[in-house]
Amino acid sequence: MLNDTIAAISTAIGEGGIGIVRLSGDKSLEIASKIFKSAKGKDVKNMKSYTMLYGYVIDPDTDEIVDEVILSYMKAPYTYTREDIVEINCHGGVLAVRKVLSLVLKNGARLAEPGEFTKRAFLNGRIDLSQAEAVIDLIRAKTDDSLNLAVNQLKGKLSEKIKHLMDKLLGSLAHIEATVDFPEDEVDELVVNKLLDDLNYVYNEIDYLIKNAESGKIFRDGLKTTIVGKPNVGKSSLLNAFLQEKRAIVTDIPGTTRDVIEEYINIDGIPVILVDTAGIRETEDIVENIGVEKSKEYIQNADLIIFMMDGSRPLEKEDEDIMDLIEGKNVIAVVNKIDLPIKIDMDYINKRFKNVVKASVKDEHGVEEIKKAIADLVFKGKVSSKNDILVTNVRHKDALIKANESILKGIQTIKSNLPLDLASIELKEAYLKLGEITGNTVAEDIIDRIFCDFCIGK
Amino acid sequence: MYYAGKYDVIVVGAGHAGCEAALAAARLGCKTLVITLNLDSIALMPCNPSIGGTAKGHLVREIDALGGQMGINIDKTYIQSRMLNTSKGPAVHSLRAQADKKKYQALMKKTLEEQENLYLKQDEVVAIDVENGRIKGVKTKNGAYFECKALVITTGTYLRARIFIGEVNYSGGPNGLFPANELSKSLEEHGIVLRRFKTGTPARIHKRSVDFSKMIIQPGDEKVVPFSFMSDDITREQIPCYLTYTTEKTHEIIRQNIHRSPLFSGLIEGVGPRYCPSIEDKVMKFPDKEKHQVFIEPEGEDTDELYVQGMSSSLPEDVQIQVYRSIPGLENCEILRTAYAIEYDCIDPTQLKLSLELKTIEGLFFAGQVNGSSGYEEAAAQGIIAGINAAHKVKGKEPFILDRSEAYIGVLIDDLVTKGTNEPYRMMTSRAEYRLLLRQDNADLRLTQKGYDIGLVTEERYQRYLKRKENIEKEIERLKKTVISPSERNNEILRSIGSSEIRSGITLYELIKRPEVTYENIKDLDTERPDLPKDVTEEVEIEIKYEGYIKKQIEQVEQFKKLESKKIPQDINYEEIQGLRLEARQKLSKIRPENIGQASRISGVSPADISVLLVYLEQLRRKKVKENE
Repeated sequence: MLNDTIAAISTAIGEGGIGIVRLSGDKSLEIASKIFKSAKGKDVKNMKSYTMLYGYVIDPDTDEIVDEVILSYMKAPYTYTREDIVEINCHGGVLAVRKVLSLVLKNGARLAEPGEFTKRAFLNGRIDLSQAEAVIDLIRAKTDDSLNLAVNQLKGKLSEKIKHLMDKLLGSLAHIEATVDFPEDEVDELVVNKLLDDLNYVYNEIDYLIKNAESGKIFRDGLKTTIVGKPNVGKSSLLNAFLQEKRAIVTDIPGTTRDVIEEYINIDGIPVILVDTAGIRETEDIVENIGVEKSKEYIQNADLIIFMMDGSRPLEKEDEDIMDLIEGKNVIAVVNKIDLPIKIDMDYINKRFKNVVKASVKDEHGVEEIKKAIADLVFKGKVSSKNDILVTNVRHKDALIKANESILKGIQTIKSNLPLDLASIELKEAYLKLGEITGNTVAEDIIDRIFCDFCIGK
Repeated sequence: MYYAGKYDVIVVGAGHAGCEAALAAARLGCKTLVITLNLDSIALMPCNPSIGGTAKGHLVREIDALGGQMGINIDKTYIQSRMLNTSKGPAVHSLRAQADKKKYQALMKKTLEEQENLYLKQDEVVAIDVENGRIKGVKTKNGAYFECKALVITTGTYLRARIFIGEVNYSGGPNGLFPANELSKSLEEHGIVLRRFKTGTPARIHKRSVDFSKMIIQPGDEKVVPFSFMSDDITREQIPCYLTYTTEKTHEIIRQNIHRSPLFSGLIEGVGPRYCPSIEDKVMKFPDKEKHQVFIEPEGEDTDELYVQGMSSSLPEDVQIQVYRSIPGLENCEILRTAYAIEYDCIDPTQLKLSLELKTIEGLFFAGQVNGSSGYEEAAAQGIIAGINAAHKVKGKEPFILDRSEAYIGVLIDDLVTKGTNEPYRMMTSRAEYRLLLRQDNADLRLTQKGYDIGLVTEERYQRYLKRKENIEKEIERLKKTVISPSERNNEILRSIGSSEIRSGITLYELIKRPEVTYENIKDLDTERPDLPKDVTEEVEIEIKYEGYIKKQIEQVEQFKKLESKKIPQDINYEEIQGLRLEARQKLSKIRPENIGQASRISGVSPADISVLLVYLEQLRRKKVKENE
């Protein structure tokens, strides 16, 4: 834990076109060499300190090119952490950076704890004593943030799913351990095929979660979000507020007509495509200009609708028309201009919409709440198309991958007819990894389960 | 009150913890006094008549490897022995022996009596004397004051002990002995937090009243593996145990009378162990189970008393008679001693350091059931560590601590001291994260060198260990070098044991890794095999067969050791560390972990808190360096 090789995305996702995956620790170069191919065929392992190589990150399992990158290497001790550092500069945007990170983690790195690079810099004597407090603050703040994020993302279906799988796994584990620790008690005989079935079930379910994590529709194609509302309610202000903060991968991609522009933004790792009616913005009247039919088309194709209303005016017919159009869709209702006296019928709106955010977009009030509402809908699985459960947190995903590696080894141990108590070492590892997501501890859980499932004791 | 003399170490109590503690301290050269309520109850086994079992057997082997007494004592007094779990992996093979209780006691008593530097006294310690945060002596009921440099309290289940048999309950110790009613108060006066735990034991019945023909006989192993690394092959006639079952009638009687059980009526407040449930607990908790196992075990060669394993109870005596007599073979059983539950004071073990010394009073050690554990073996394991550390205290030496990667003893003490316990703590193999390394077969390889360095291991034991170690290493080397050719003869042998043929040369080492191959079944392939003792060849086979798994655990241990080696200064003030969460600060202040690894195992201390702590320690270190410049 103190000096293994760690990795993380070192640029905040979405801040700038380039994303950097940073590795620190004595296996940095070795890990990088497993996933990187230099364009000129140079050997990564023989790289000189403070040099760069141009080339590609390649998934060793599939031989597919993940991204075109520049890899730089800095040898200890003249680095930020005073450990060997490798940085992989990715160009392919958010998804590519995430993919590169997962490859690095799969090939031997551990996901850095929040603030861990800085912590190491301090512990290795790189940072001055006077900054110690700042280091502590950083660890604290970053941890609390990411913890909150992780906890938020674990609500709902994903959490239920993981708990269900842990429960299954614990059942198998407790059964093996009960036969080991209480050989003379009447513990039901362990049927190896049943055990294998249960473990395969858990393995497959976790495997599905991992595969779905980045191939889920929303992560592949982005969350199509359309902002609707009558003219002059603040749609463009909202768009600008989003884009200002996350001027991430802003590419102009012509839509189906020249009138429509799709803007990409990133909210907590979710790629969001904002479908904006930029081309017709001057006239500021969707309904009138492109007609009801066209509006319907946008609304139909959207995964999510942000419906904006003017809180300083009573509801008008145009609002009601839009409400009818978006009936049955996933909607975040935004009541804008709440800096002015409220004239709109809030009770009616609260009754009609589940997600209501009050905002004053021009002073950026409420923008964060809107983003949070978007993230919540995704993480709670409300907007995923096939009711898929999405794993979006890198830490969760890493834990799932490592858990499944252990389960697989456990299954192999059982299949090679080795004693079951050897398999349980692997299964404990797996449970421990899953427990990192939910905060469970393995030893006590097993013992509790043994006493719950079996009549033990003489 | 009169002044009764001065000792280096005083041990209060002479149960399994007290015996090991006293022997260790005396053997390390300390003038040691044992004070016990009754000299006839030295090494008393008031509950089951056996030593060892899963994980417990590991503890006994470890105690033995360090130079303790329990293994030697049971090897000389067992009446039946079995290796459990032989169908499972080597990590969980566990020895268990039925003891002749009286002989076990007598031999241990004699060992104590003969030990140089060791003094025995029958009396009751009623108070401890503390001066300036350091233990100074003890006061006894008979009016004596004994001065000491270190004190080990091993009071087992005697403190304010109370017996429960149905509606009947009274102040009393185990097995009809006196309780120790006064010491608790003195401990509390010195700020020690006490708790109430409960345990129980079944009835004893007369052999002549039992019909064994209705039971299943349970013999011992044909070839007995001794507990002690000092014992050579033992052959002794063994006495069988018997197995019978409860019936629907048993359960019916229990259900009808359950309101009279003090456990269910709420009379007993103490927390009991889940792994030792009373029969009424089992029947009520698992109503679908049609029958429960009942083992009939002899208490010794010179007595007709039988122990009724599985039938511990706190039901009233009249109900017990009905319950026992509803069991096949026990229809006419004469109950000699009634089953009872016992409630007692123990301390919250998180008040202790890893050395088992109390954090708040220097020189005061606790070991055994008084620390919230259960079992003779758990007690003895703590006893030997407390005894060693009491001696080290007297001599001004560093404490002797085994960590979780070195021994079950380390797991046991770390669990108690770091996590505390909510029920009498029992050792289980699933508690040991490095289980594959902590086997019973290699306890000497893990610990005898350490015991020798301390001075507890005799030269004779040390030489035996060195010889065994050398034999194992040499044989592994030889197997690595011996190549078997793909001759027709060799392949014939391989076919005969159901293994696949070889096409090119292969070392015996590689061959043994095949699941169907054992060291024994390829002896015909191995023409130059030396004649080695079984314990050596078994060790060799385990190390080869499970090499991959063992290597992996060794890597995990290396990571573990890094955190364990980061020491935390004992004068650290957690209040002044900015950035620790309140819960973490409180927990750390309470447990006062000795290193970062231990800190990380405290519930409620998060990885971020550990990071903050690491940064703070580095801050402290650099400030110190600066000051020294």
